[in-house]
Amino acid sequence: MGKVIMAVDDSASVRQMVSFTLQTAGYEVITAVDGRDALGKLNGRGINMVITDLNMPNLDGIGLIRQLRGEARYKFIPIIMLTTESQVEKKQAGKAAGATGWIVKPFQPEQLVAVVKKVLG
Amino acid sequence: MKDKHREAYREEAYELLAELEESLLALEQDPEDEELIGRVFRALHTIKGSGAMFGFEDIVAFTHEVETVFDQVRNGQVPVTKALVDLSLAARDEIRAMLDGGAPEDSLKKQEIMAAFRGLIPEAEMTAGPGPDPSPAGEETLGAGTPVTYRIRFRPAADIFLTGTNPLSLLHELRQLGEFNVVAQTEAIPFLTDINPEHCYTAWDIFLTTSRGLDAIADVFIFVADDSGLDIQVIDDGSGSAEDYKKLGEILVARGDLDESSLKRYLAQGPLIGEALLQEGLVSCDKVQSALVEQRHVRTVQRKKQEAEGAASLRVPAAKLDKLVDLVGELVTVQARLSQTAIDCNDPHLTSIAEEVERLTCDLRDNALNMRMLPIGTIFSKFQRLVRDLSAELGRKVDLITEGAETELDKTVLERLNDPLVHLLRNSIDHGIEPPEVRLQAGKPGHGKIRLTARHAGAQVIIQVQDDGGGLDHETIKAKAVQMGWLTPETEISDKELFNFIMSPGFSTAKEITSVSGRGVGMDVVKKAIEALQGSIEIDSQPGVGTAITIKLPLTLAIIEGLLVTIDHDFFVVPLSVVTECVELTREDVARAHGHKIAKVRDEIVPYVHLRERFDIEGRPPAIEQIVITEMNGNKVGLVVDQVIGEQQTVIKSLGRVYRSAAGISGATLLGDGTVALILDALQLVQGQQAGELIN
Repeated sequence: MGKVIMAVDDSASVRQMVSFTLQTAGYEVITAVDGRDALGKLNGRGINMVITDLNMPNLDGIGLIRQLRGEARYKFIPIIMLTTESQVEKKQAGKAAGATGWIVKPFQPEQLVAVVKKVLG
Repeated sequence: MKDKHREAYREEAYELLAELEESLLALEQDPEDEELIGRVFRALHTIKGSGAMFGFEDIVAFTHEVETVFDQVRNGQVPVTKALVDLSLAARDEIRAMLDGGAPEDSLKKQEIMAAFRGLIPEAEMTAGPGPDPSPAGEETLGAGTPVTYRIRFRPAADIFLTGTNPLSLLHELRQLGEFNVVAQTEAIPFLTDINPEHCYTAWDIFLTTSRGLDAIADVFIFVADDSGLDIQVIDDGSGSAEDYKKLGEILVARGDLDESSLKRYLAQGPLIGEALLQEGLVSCDKVQSALVEQRHVRTVQRKKQEAEGAASLRVPAAKLDKLVDLVGELVTVQARLSQTAIDCNDPHLTSIAEEVERLTCDLRDNALNMRMLPIGTIFSKFQRLVRDLSAELGRKVDLITEGAETELDKTVLERLNDPLVHLLRNSIDHGIEPPEVRLQAGKPGHGKIRLTARHAGAQVIIQVQDDGGGLDHETIKAKAVQMGWLTPETEISDKELFNFIMSPGFSTAKEITSVSGRGVGMDVVKKAIEALQGSIEIDSQPGVGTAITIKLPLTLAIIEGLLVTIDHDFFVVPLSVVTECVELTREDVARAHGHKIAKVRDEIVPYVHLRERFDIEGRPPAIEQIVITEMNGNKVGLVVDQVIGEQQTVIKSLGRVYRSAAGISGATLLGDGTVALILDALQLVQGQQAGELIN
């Protein structure tokens, strides 16, 4: 039974790339288009990790992280944020909200897998 | 694969561009609508962000300019004007053209639009273009540079769990980088009642030797470096040698756990600084522990490096070597068969091949056995510590001097030699070396000396434990032997034979039982162990001068030179190392001895064991039998057999469980024609005989 990762991004191509890469690496992937969609799809379901974009409509990445950290079930799971270039403030805000780490876009599939392996242990 | 993603991106970008156009047009009508501005920004942002991932660098560079402006718009620093909307729509068309692949690189129009957007941004707000910042798991330079040892003190933020980070997985990741040791620092853990289970109180001191460089370590901690305490220091750049690494106190000072003046004060008090510091509570137990681990880590790494450099050797699992020796053993057996066949066939061609094979096999055997040889120094080094501790416990002052540490012995022999040597050293310290006051009175230096030496002598290794203590007490030993019923008070007995009694089971002259010796087990165990190694042990002692115990061991246990003999139709092998000569035993000789099993060999009376009787072999012995004279522990004893065939390289095979306890037999071997020959345990055979003779 592979570990389950939720990938949240409003860009379909990023979602496709992330889920394809992670599935190839043996993970199960659930995708969501924004924070609200993610929370709806999770609905208390057990997952091992979340990868989320920051800039998204409805509920952005920071908001999503904050909400997840507020729930006992997701309090300690790794959450990785996808940031573009060096958005220092965004990154700080994300960390303050409880993100585990970040991946800077653009990234290569191998980098994504490396980070996932790193935080999932 | 990549094309598939590019296609997906293109489709998505078309949709985004359509949305962008729609939003821009709506924005023209309602320039203050933040929701619309957000949508424009996000569309641009996604086009840029995803574009970078699928290799649309031109779009990324171009969109970046537009996005930067809209970021300002979003923050209210740049107003939405008709000019801006016009420009943005033109930019949107340009992006679309780039997506189609139709726009020429760096077209004039593109340059103009980019310049126009740049003009909209207030000065000093120009940010750098989208350059990827150091990625968390970028390519690592593998194996570059020399190994460097780092001390990493990692103090996770108390709320590290709340960011979904497992500190243990970070440690695990570090472990992958190289030689790794870790000590947990638990001082900060509060009482159970005060613990917040969601907080991390533990810190770690990590010692890592890696050639991957500081960046690789920093990468491990990249997500936590901002919030957690992290201190990475180079403690060894790979240039030092094993012995000169810092002392415990120096390490503590270097870390700032102890100040220099306190160190000096404690050093003046005595050498055991760790204990002193702990007692005073000046430095916590964890910190001392951590410093000790650091010291050990660096020393181990340095020693390994030196070994690697010094010997340019290859590490091979011991089991593989054993297997090789096993195979060589088989080969030797087959070779013996070939030689036998060659002789039987009397074919000169075959004989020359057989001789060639014999020569090669011999070389191969020697080489294979040589590979398992280890210097005895590997166990010597442990003894320094043992002697130091024991002499302190027993109130003696003893220096251990070792010689011949480079002497090589078969690995299996060496492993089994450790315990007997420990016993002997203990005995020397407890029984041999006198307390300092006694020594001084006797005019000897207060410090006793124990000399542990090893050297080669032919196919044997001679190991000696020699002390300059009081020596063995003849009278006490004799009295005890009489008491045990081994001797009558009148018996004349040589020192050598007398001393042999202390290696009999149950013999102890110690007047009081110490934790070290005096329970009557000891020397007999040592003797058994040495004999199990096909070796012999000898004691020499002079009252007041000291005792020397000499152990003779064969170099190896796997293949021995043996003397092949027969009784009736059975074959036996006597280890050649104990054989001194072979003489004939005629019926007349037997008759002359009047029923005693003794023979006169060159005016010397030698008792013998009649193996035919001993093994209950039926049939009549030949008129002239052979005595194989053996010498062990200075005693000559003969073994009577029917015939002596000759020397034989003997590959020792252990016997099955059923036969293992058979007295007088130590193993078996296969002869050239496949016949089994039993290997005689000469010592065991002789012992029964000797005891009998002595009592008589």
